[in-house]
Amino acid sequence: MAKFSKNDDSLVVIIGSGAGGGVLGMELAMKGIKTVVLEAGGRHGPQDFVNDEWASFGQISWLDQRTTSGDWRVSRDFSGLPSWIVKAVGGSTLHWAGASLRFQPHEWKVKTNYGNIKNTSIMDWPIDHKEMDKWYTRAENHMGTLGTGGRERLPGNNNYKVFEAGAKRMGYKNFHTGNMSINSKPYDGRVACQQIGFCFQGCKSGAKWSAGYVSIPKGEATGNLECRTNAQVIKIEHDKSGKVTGVVYADAKGKQQRQKARVVCVAGNSIESPRLLLNSESSMFKNGLANSSGEVGKNYMRHMTASTYAIFENPVYFYRGTTMAGIVTDESINDPKRGFVGGYELETLALGLPFMAAFLDPGQWGRGFASSMERYDHMAGLWIVGEDMPQSTNAVTLHKKLKDQHGMPIPNVNFSDHENDIKMRNHAWKQSTALYKSVGATKVLQTPPYPSTHNLGTNRMSASAKDGVCNRNGQTWDIKNLFISDGSQFTTGAAENPTLTIVALAMRQAEFIAKQMSSKAI
Amino acid sequence: MRLLNKSTISRRTFLKTGTVTALGLTIMGPMIIGKDKSWAATFSNIGADDAATLIQMARDIYPHDFLADKYYAKVIQGYDSAAGKDKALKSMISKECKKINSAAKKKYKNNYRMINREVERVDILKSNTKSPLFAKVRGDLVTGLYNNKEVWPKFGYEGESASKGGYLNRGYNDIDWLDKV
Repeated sequence: MAKFSKNDDSLVVIIGSGAGGGVLGMELAMKGIKTVVLEAGGRHGPQDFVNDEWASFGQISWLDQRTTSGDWRVSRDFSGLPSWIVKAVGGSTLHWAGASLRFQPHEWKVKTNYGNIKNTSIMDWPIDHKEMDKWYTRAENHMGTLGTGGRERLPGNNNYKVFEAGAKRMGYKNFHTGNMSINSKPYDGRVACQQIGFCFQGCKSGAKWSAGYVSIPKGEATGNLECRTNAQVIKIEHDKSGKVTGVVYADAKGKQQRQKARVVCVAGNSIESPRLLLNSESSMFKNGLANSSGEVGKNYMRHMTASTYAIFENPVYFYRGTTMAGIVTDESINDPKRGFVGGYELETLALGLPFMAAFLDPGQWGRGFASSMERYDHMAGLWIVGEDMPQSTNAVTLHKKLKDQHGMPIPNVNFSDHENDIKMRNHAWKQSTALYKSVGATKVLQTPPYPSTHNLGTNRMSASAKDGVCNRNGQTWDIKNLFISDGSQFTTGAAENPTLTIVALAMRQAEFIAKQMSSKAI
Repeated sequence: MRLLNKSTISRRTFLKTGTVTALGLTIMGPMIIGKDKSWAATFSNIGADDAATLIQMARDIYPHDFLADKYYAKVIQGYDSAAGKDKALKSMISKECKKINSAAKKKYKNNYRMINREVERVDILKSNTKSPLFAKVRGDLVTGLYNNKEVWPKFGYEGESASKGGYLNRGYNDIDWLDKV
């Protein structure tokens, strides 16, 4: 495996090794470009993942201190945990469920299609579905996405069968076990799904795609990629001309190291990426790097989410098998007659008993709560994921007082639902409650959003430099050798789980960076 | 469907006599002896009286009639060890137990844990949800109770599955009642 010098200023340095950074690193390495991926966490894989929710949470989660504000319930119930993401090689592709959905064509152009929505910072993406089509196909083939490329979908588990029966009674037309990046048959040297469950805890069989044990090793095999672990970047540096020259990171011992670079790509997820740009302020860039628009950290999106859990007279054992392999897409259309713009997906979901206790209805106690928990094995469940409205005031900012172990200000995440988000959530709860009641649910529980797994939009892509942080290639408007390579570049969030789009954008960006480097533009 | 057997049998240990609480716990000095003498624990830092109050509070917060007191007591035992080193915790527990007992005496003429009717104890708890002790016990029970592997089978949860080959051949899709609803 490659090991590059910290003084080598010909390298591309990628900060973060998840869906964005990990895939970008692989693609660049395959094109022969020498690349260092700096990962804040350690390296874990199928060999040491654990089928134990809290133990796994302690093993792979991003647990650095953060604060929250705004009217979202996460800020009250889990004030120090705005997001539930991963700090390890592969980032949140270790714990992602595997749902790999393309944006719908209209979702690339929501301002055009939804109009001006009050109290939002809504914009069209500067790219469209036609341009993305081939990148989506490439991403699906890399990840082995089912339901695409002739790959057969997974068989339905008990939770899916309840969901499917309800979907039929509701008259829904579009439902199946999902476009999952989980092998239904052996693919790319990895086995087929064993229906273990615990997809959120890292896939023990390796049947689920993850940048950590699929993409990064492919990059490393070329000899052009070094993945340096326990390397948490705290600052990006630049020269007098305003070009970035490298990064400062804290190593495993907390000692500061400087890695030089020709190009720097930021892919630390939508809380850490803007935090890093803001923490990299200098006399030349007083408001932080790439922030002449003032948009760094703003427009934080987390998807309109919620869950619905239903209790039945008879057992379901919904935790057996894939955590999330079932979808109804009928509600993901834009139909303003429902009282809101945009749409949502219904996706099956099961939690283990320990997480169900923590998330079913945080803070609740007494007979009512206990009675629901006692029917845990009679539950079916689903997650709701819909498009939320970007708002300038929903933002990641630097905390004015609190600092981390490296002396850098910690991030605060401020979030409040938009009226459209609330209307959509209530609609989704109503529909999913009806779905489960149609197959005999005796009690239906409407569960509030969990800490965010889909963190988006804080370094958004825009058609013009005044409206966003980066251009249509993720290249920052202010600094041409600085790129945004994760979900923070999302202009808007669409109704779909974001990983496939992050991967497709990373592949597309790799081609752009390679061309820019060979033409010496950067 | 492959159904789980949820019943387990508690083991009896030894017999003693002493004060009996609403829960049926017996208090002897710093020791609490469980109902049917199935378990016993010593609370040398917070004392058996307050420990019994906390065990009752734990059960009233997450009342599962199929769980023996020992599962709630285990969480409170953790407080006793912690209170040995943490003076603030020790005094908070003592102060808040006094408060809850005085509220209980005022309204129901008895210490909280000696009130026989659950609805009355819950009434006392409801006016105490802002107290640091209530918040602590409730918060710690979320993991202390539901993350105790011994209780999982009673809820029908099987836990780890990878070493058993997952559920591919163990009932991931064996639901058999959907065509009857």
